[in-house]
Amino acid sequence: MAERSFKEEVQKLKLGNGEEFRGEGILAITKALLESGVSYVAGYQGAPISHLMDVLSDANDILEELGVHFESSASEATAAATLAASVNYPLRGAVTFKAPVGTNVAADALANLSSGGVTGGALIIVGEDYGEGSSIMQERSHPYAMKSQIWLLDPRPNLPSIVNAVKKGFELSEVSNTPVMLEVRIRACHVHGRFPTTDNVRPSFTLRDALENPRRQVDRIVLPPASYLHEKEKIEKRWPAAVKFIADNKLNEFFDGDLSDIGVIIQGGIYNTALRALEVMGLADAFGTSRVPLYVLNVTYPLIDEEVVRFAQGKRAVLVIEEGQPEFLEQAINTILRRADVQTAVEGKSMLPMAGEYTGGVVRDGLTKFVRAYRADVLAEMPHPAPSNEATARLQSAMKAIEPHVQPRPPSFCTGCPERPIFTAMKLVERELGPRHVSCDIGCHLFSILPPFNIGATTMGYGLGGAGASAFNIKTDKRAIAIVGDGGFWHNGLVSSIGNAVFNKSNNVHIIVDNGYTAATGGQDILSSIANNRIRSTKNPIERAVRGVGVKWARTLTRTYDVAKMRDTLREALTTSQEGPKVIVASSECMLNKQRRVRPLQQKAIKDGQRVVRERFGVDPDTCTGDHSCIRLSGCPSLTVAPNPDPLRNDPVTRVINSCVGCGLCGEVAHAAVLCPSFYRASIINNPSKWDRFKARMRDKVITFLQQRMAQRELAAA
Amino acid sequence: MNAPFETKTRPITIAIFAMGGEGGGVLADWIIDLAEHSGYLAQLTSVPGVAQRTGATNYYLEIFRKPANGGREPVMALIPMPGDIDLVIASELMEAGRAIQRGLVTPDRTTLIASTNRVFSMTERTAMSDGRVDEASLIEGCRNAAKDFYAFDMASLAEATGSVISSVLFGAIAGARVLPFERGAFEAAIKRGGVGIQTSLAAFTAGFEGVTAGTTATAQGTAPAPAGAASAESAALTELLREVDRNIPEPARKIVRAGVERVADYQDAAYARLYLQRLKPFVALDTARDDGARLLQETARQLALGMAYEDTVRVAELKIRPSRFERVRAEIRANKDQIIEIAEFMHPRTQEIADTLPAPIGRFIMGTPPVRWVLDRMTNKGRRVKTTSISGFGLLYIVASLKPWRPRSLRYEHEQKALEEWLQTTAATAAKNYDLAVEVAAARNLVKGYGDTHERGRARFQTLINTLPELLGREDGPAKLAALRKAANADDTGAALATAVAALRN
Repeated sequence: MAERSFKEEVQKLKLGNGEEFRGEGILAITKALLESGVSYVAGYQGAPISHLMDVLSDANDILEELGVHFESSASEATAAATLAASVNYPLRGAVTFKAPVGTNVAADALANLSSGGVTGGALIIVGEDYGEGSSIMQERSHPYAMKSQIWLLDPRPNLPSIVNAVKKGFELSEVSNTPVMLEVRIRACHVHGRFPTTDNVRPSFTLRDALENPRRQVDRIVLPPASYLHEKEKIEKRWPAAVKFIADNKLNEFFDGDLSDIGVIIQGGIYNTALRALEVMGLADAFGTSRVPLYVLNVTYPLIDEEVVRFAQGKRAVLVIEEGQPEFLEQAINTILRRADVQTAVEGKSMLPMAGEYTGGVVRDGLTKFVRAYRADVLAEMPHPAPSNEATARLQSAMKAIEPHVQPRPPSFCTGCPERPIFTAMKLVERELGPRHVSCDIGCHLFSILPPFNIGATTMGYGLGGAGASAFNIKTDKRAIAIVGDGGFWHNGLVSSIGNAVFNKSNNVHIIVDNGYTAATGGQDILSSIANNRIRSTKNPIERAVRGVGVKWARTLTRTYDVAKMRDTLREALTTSQEGPKVIVASSECMLNKQRRVRPLQQKAIKDGQRVVRERFGVDPDTCTGDHSCIRLSGCPSLTVAPNPDPLRNDPVTRVINSCVGCGLCGEVAHAAVLCPSFYRASIINNPSKWDRFKARMRDKVITFLQQRMAQRELAAA
Repeated sequence: MNAPFETKTRPITIAIFAMGGEGGGVLADWIIDLAEHSGYLAQLTSVPGVAQRTGATNYYLEIFRKPANGGREPVMALIPMPGDIDLVIASELMEAGRAIQRGLVTPDRTTLIASTNRVFSMTERTAMSDGRVDEASLIEGCRNAAKDFYAFDMASLAEATGSVISSVLFGAIAGARVLPFERGAFEAAIKRGGVGIQTSLAAFTAGFEGVTAGTTATAQGTAPAPAGAASAESAALTELLREVDRNIPEPARKIVRAGVERVADYQDAAYARLYLQRLKPFVALDTARDDGARLLQETARQLALGMAYEDTVRVAELKIRPSRFERVRAEIRANKDQIIEIAEFMHPRTQEIADTLPAPIGRFIMGTPPVRWVLDRMTNKGRRVKTTSISGFGLLYIVASLKPWRPRSLRYEHEQKALEEWLQTTAATAAKNYDLAVEVAAARNLVKGYGDTHERGRARFQTLINTLPELLGREDGPAKLAALRKAANADDTGAALATAVAALRN
């Protein structure tokens, strides 16, 4: 069950001719796929296209009605290989994953796919996770398009443009027998907008048609001599066909302006930002009319030489606004113009930063530099005056006042997260046996590298936690620890990390963090999920898989909150004389998902008058001394500080806030680390039974009697 | 109040700064719905990513008056541009600061609506003493950076109305009249949302009135009234308190009163008398100086805490008081129909048991390996004690009843000796360097907590005291000792303190 449900929104996928769709970008992309007559869709979740997978999953019934098959792929490589269905058959297919992680993993399949080429339209929708909020390395998808010759679309970030790109993308793929990559940036994926819809189209050729009439073309298979021919075919046939289609269909856009001696060439995805910058500079209005001529590249690969020359010719200079590096577009545009002997100056990274996200302020500054260099005369007319001296002074003083008091707020484990106790246990073992080299992976568990745990040295990719520790395979008392999540484990970890460790007779310890979902990407189901999933096979235990590849020492802990047991198991794994990799499967359900599942049921039960016990934790402020060891060993968001109610003490006390879900970790930590007696667990009994009430009445009588006696004694003593 | 923003040719730009899971998305959706139902085009983007896991997260909206039929559609930006934002909404005070840091709040343009509640950052929470940032500076910064600034504690309003902070913020936006929509249109958007309408509307009203009533932001951080009231006041205690009022110089009176009450509550009136007796040299010194009584205040504070050291008897006593049961019920917000059971997480160790017993028996246990071994075996696991059960309560009641024997315990002996030494050091230092003596008094704050924490604190305190001979003659002695105390609180391992001490000697 995914974190966000689109059960209601997917109804919008049924809109027909002449209606208007209003909603998020990823839902619009799904609708565009259906309007394009797609036969199959596949993908692997990851920001920013996780929601696209969730939408497809929630829309499965609608897809089936239309005869569209949807696969939750095991990895991006699987997803890309799925497009093989379009090689021999006129089937339109689309796959989706995040970039660049996804393109990296999928590269093998993508290269094979684009070598032989496709018959049916093949669309690869990549979520370009670059800049703010990104959790991965800052790289571009662009070189993947270039190296395998896949056409790359980067449409303007409004829904009609994105929808159009999907439809034209299929056509382009078919006329040029080449897969097409559609790049959408994170904000475009999540943009709320609207577009006019058309009817959904049932695929004219179906998967069943293909299976019942199998076809093969040996010259489409990547094996000599066909593979040599593929390269020639790419250059001589497919490329020109693509160029012709892009030019004929005017996929790139020209916007005229009266300042005709300068011009700006922009990636489609940056268009809105650039236009706003021009508007602020007084060189455009809010409706897209610009005084500076614009050439908007909705297709960033291949470039159309003739268009570039036409735009640049007769201008003193053009500015290329291209996010990310290396500056492939700028280099290519320079080459095109020099070959055509056009002497227009090409500015780009000379005026804009080489690295970093092109946010509004960055693009505004770059454009201002460009216009000042070539048309300083028009800048004088800027409609938005610079801030007054007084305003500038006020802002400076504000910045100075707040500077020391704004701290970073990195993401961390959620309240009640079952992964937290694993790292608490690691901290406790670290105290006993000393620090170890820890190799991390991708997933929520990577938050361990941040305070308060500060555990982990490297992360080498999804499912590669164990692989990242594979060099540390020598005789030693200090075994390395490798961590992988259940998502990473099934993605790549079983073979690349665990299988590899078995084969190379590694003694390292592997902790597999199993929370029942790919939690970091939004809680999608995987092979070992404990949920019942109507359309997928779940409940396949991880321990059986690792034993299957030859692991001898494997333990599954089914309640990670038992810190003492977690600690003891980890200690045993680090010290046992058993040869081979030691695997600990630390298994407890993701608390976000669990709460989403359990809370509504609980609330209903309480409403219906059933006896329901809810637990939460608390701290007694009068025994808490404000040392906060408990927070350093946990970091739970519900465990925070509060002003000390004691007039004699200044240090804030620890406090458990009401978002506590009663996972019990703070109590376990107080025990395992012998901290302090301030923690208590309160069990709140809703709709108590008669027996509960009777017991409570009896004990209250005794307790009140003793309390009164104590008070009298106190009075006598004081 | 402002006039609505100019909307003929420009969009209204809105940025929301929130934290993952706070309902920033709900607020953004309401604004979209409100705008779309009021004849505006609306665009919303966000960067959820991993930030949804408690990290800082933000939303960006643009709304634009719908062009007449046939009119051109506006191009709306997906990224906020510094200096070009009309309205910034922050669900927490530090997040408001972040918005300013990113240049999105500017004095000639931006209305800033912020909740002044604090969600403490990891750095603030994991500090070994007080790591909280200064709220007053943040508020001052907000006031300077924004054209208009509306701020009050919206989290507590949300809590009071049983809703979430996004509803209160939505009300505050309506109250600030910065969007060209009437209050009714805002409320209609909530009603169309369909979830928790009544509580959301109540919270909305609270937010609306928070702005229209002109609530001004003040730093919070005021502590609630002390919990767990002292035991009934006896005649002896009353007499001691009168003595405080008569003899203690005014600046220190409040603290000394609190100290007397604490120590009397901890043991008895005689112990409180000893407390006052011990303070006498400092009272004399500071009465003569007539200079704020800084040394007396600090010594009185630390002495009270030191004399009321945490032991098993004290913990048991505090856990079973009627006021404590009431406090727990209030904190977990139990209603009268719910039955509450409380379990304590305790981990008494051999040392603590020996500490509680009369000194000779305690010494016997600690000095006899076989006995110690047996006790260690019995105490190597944490215990959960159910204070709400008769057996659990009874156990703690019995432990608490050991109070009259406390002055004969091993721990009592140790503690009094250590306190006397510290008092003598402080007094001796005061004779030579008053400011350094204040720091010596304050250094005692390192000794706190239980078990290992206590041991560690005591060792670090001793490290500080050992540097005194070097510091006495130095002009920067007090500042150095303060810096050492800070270093002692910098980490669990003591690395920072070791470095600081080494630096002192070089």
